[in-house]
Amino acid sequence: MNQHAPVRKSRLDRSFDRIRALEEAGALSSRVHNRSLRKFLSNPLASAGVIMFLIILLTAIFAPLIVPYDPLKIDLRALLQPPSAEHWLGTDKVGRDVFARILYGGRISIFIGLGSAVAAGVLGVAIGCISAYKRGWLDAVVLRVSEVFIAFPQIILVLLLVSILGQSLINLLLIFIATGWAPMYRMVRARVLSLREEEYVQALEAFGISTPVIAYKHILPNALGPVTVQITLSTAAFILAEAGLSFLGLGVPLQIPTWGNILNAANDMRILEQNWWIWLPVGLVISAFVLAVNFIGDGLRDSSDPTQQG
Amino acid sequence: MNDQLPENILELRGLKTHYPIRGGVFRRTVDSIKAVDGVDLSVRRGEVLGLVGESGCGKSTLGKSILRLALSTAGEIVFSSENGEVDLRQLTRAELFPYRRRLQIIFQDPHSSLNPAFTIFTAFDDVLKRYGYGDKEARRAVLGDLFEAVNMPRHYIDRYPHEFSGGQRQRIGIARALAVDPELIVCDEPVSALDASIQAQVLKLLQNLRQERNLTYIFITHDLSVTEYFCDRIAVMYLGKIVEIAKSEEIFGTTLHPYTQALISAIPVADLDRKSKRIVLEGDVPSPVSPPSGCAFHPRCRFATDICRQQTPKLQPSKDYPKDHLVACHRVEELGVLGHA
Ligand code: SF4
Ligand SMILES: [Mg+2]
Repeated sequence: MNQHAPVRKSRLDRSFDRIRALEEAGALSSRVHNRSLRKFLSNPLASAGVIMFLIILLTAIFAPLIVPYDPLKIDLRALLQPPSAEHWLGTDKVGRDVFARILYGGRISIFIGLGSAVAAGVLGVAIGCISAYKRGWLDAVVLRVSEVFIAFPQIILVLLLVSILGQSLINLLLIFIATGWAPMYRMVRARVLSLREEEYVQALEAFGISTPVIAYKHILPNALGPVTVQITLSTAAFILAEAGLSFLGLGVPLQIPTWGNILNAANDMRILEQNWWIWLPVGLVISAFVLAVNFIGDGLRDSSDPTQQG
Repeated sequence: MNDQLPENILELRGLKTHYPIRGGVFRRTVDSIKAVDGVDLSVRRGEVLGLVGESGCGKSTLGKSILRLALSTAGEIVFSSENGEVDLRQLTRAELFPYRRRLQIIFQDPHSSLNPAFTIFTAFDDVLKRYGYGDKEARRAVLGDLFEAVNMPRHYIDRYPHEFSGGQRQRIGIARALAVDPELIVCDEPVSALDASIQAQVLKLLQNLRQERNLTYIFITHDLSVTEYFCDRIAVMYLGKIVEIAKSEEIFGTTLHPYTQALISAIPVADLDRKSKRIVLEGDVPSPVSPPSGCAFHPRCRFATDICRQQTPKLQPSKDYPKDHLVACHRVEELGVLGHA
């Protein structure tokens, strides 16, 4: 290329040379991940989603630094007060600070949504990966079981579990995991069923590498894309479900502040008509958070498209 | 090559690989695909044995059955070494492991043979660890050496598969198989997916490696024109069975089986220094689920008679021809090479 020797290189050329030298030295070996990250962040909705998500998450985590009130503290001298400098979003029926309750409630709601989505994802992936790789009777049995879980209406499962186990945070988590693992399992299973036929898998088998190492270490990374998307979408769905179930009085026990339990106060027609600050702000926060997570999920889906790696 | 060792490195005896077809609510086995249907074949130490046939004839399945990547259902896979003869089919996973380093495979599709998620070294490191190649520096050096053995710069081991061309990927696949210093390599159509110019390059590389490392190859291909100069012997496969096997010159010079004759006549004339009329095979390859009775080739054979439809011909030598030229055809003696015309 540079046969006409003393051509002066432009600055751009030189920087390209430097990049190439780095590449040759293997220093930029994480380029692929950077590429999909760059692609993700170049999507404006996904970036907005990340920012919104972080704002809500961080204010919930650092709630004690932001509001001076205890979300459980009843103040009978300040019932149903409208927003003011003292109580930014007013107080509820028993005088608790609504802003404090939204921030502290976010901790529980996000924990339930994200926690059960991630737990369902881990469970679904762990089972789907190995059973699809090994096939055989185990795979056939798990597949049938997952069909039962998918066909079973969630609300009946909830009523059943609540009536047997009673209302508690853990029970709600268990219910969400029980209803959430099956779609993730099937997603991973479908991907692994096609990946197991790839020749790099057979090469590992020809070297006698053990089954779990092949399944979890070598096949799984290529099957994870769609599941990460599903985890974000389930997070949003579970947060909505928590709000819905708590509103019906089937979710987390009422004394624990969650977004759903805060909303629960609007059960009362008078509050709905006269005290908007009790239900409107928390409704907006739930919508904003669910929207943010959905934007992130869509962004992940676009950027993790395996056909565009390369 | 080595006096103490038996002449045959591998012997297949009555090998069958039937895939079950399941149906109904209880997923019972209702039928089977007879991909490999009774193969007797011996592979001599140090030779290149070509395994030729149309796609779907079971040649890849046969190759994979030898390495137990496909589950054979009957017969013996006898491997000979300084430890004597072992039937690989009878071994447990643990007992099989020491033989994993003696038998390896090179794959057909350069795009699926490397894991897109990792650099070459990361993906291969589990194998190097499993075979005890020392600490990380030592393992990197081993892979670097292998890359150099297939004419690639050693620092390429830190690249991702998508950074390589098809020919380069195929050479990486070869380097991978060499890592454990194997004696026998099943080459499953290693050049079929490559451009003609690159094919020649990769074949040359395989040839050099064989000489340097005393390798034995089973060279699977659907393209007879590649085999004539590359293989010492050629076995022709049709619907899960070997129908003819002989030295390369024999197969091309005195072709005995009507199916082999049709395959050879289909090679473009420019590739061969001989004139031949193309024999067009009628109909499609029958389903390996229910292969035709008698000689499985009879529905497409222009010489078929009643006996062909009723009795399965044995793979055996035929008089007037060398002892190691085996053919499975009832009418070979009366037809002889005349069928070639
Ligand atoms: S046995 Fe009969 S049908 Fe089969 S190849 Fe020979 S002549 Fe043809
Ligand atoms: Mg094949």
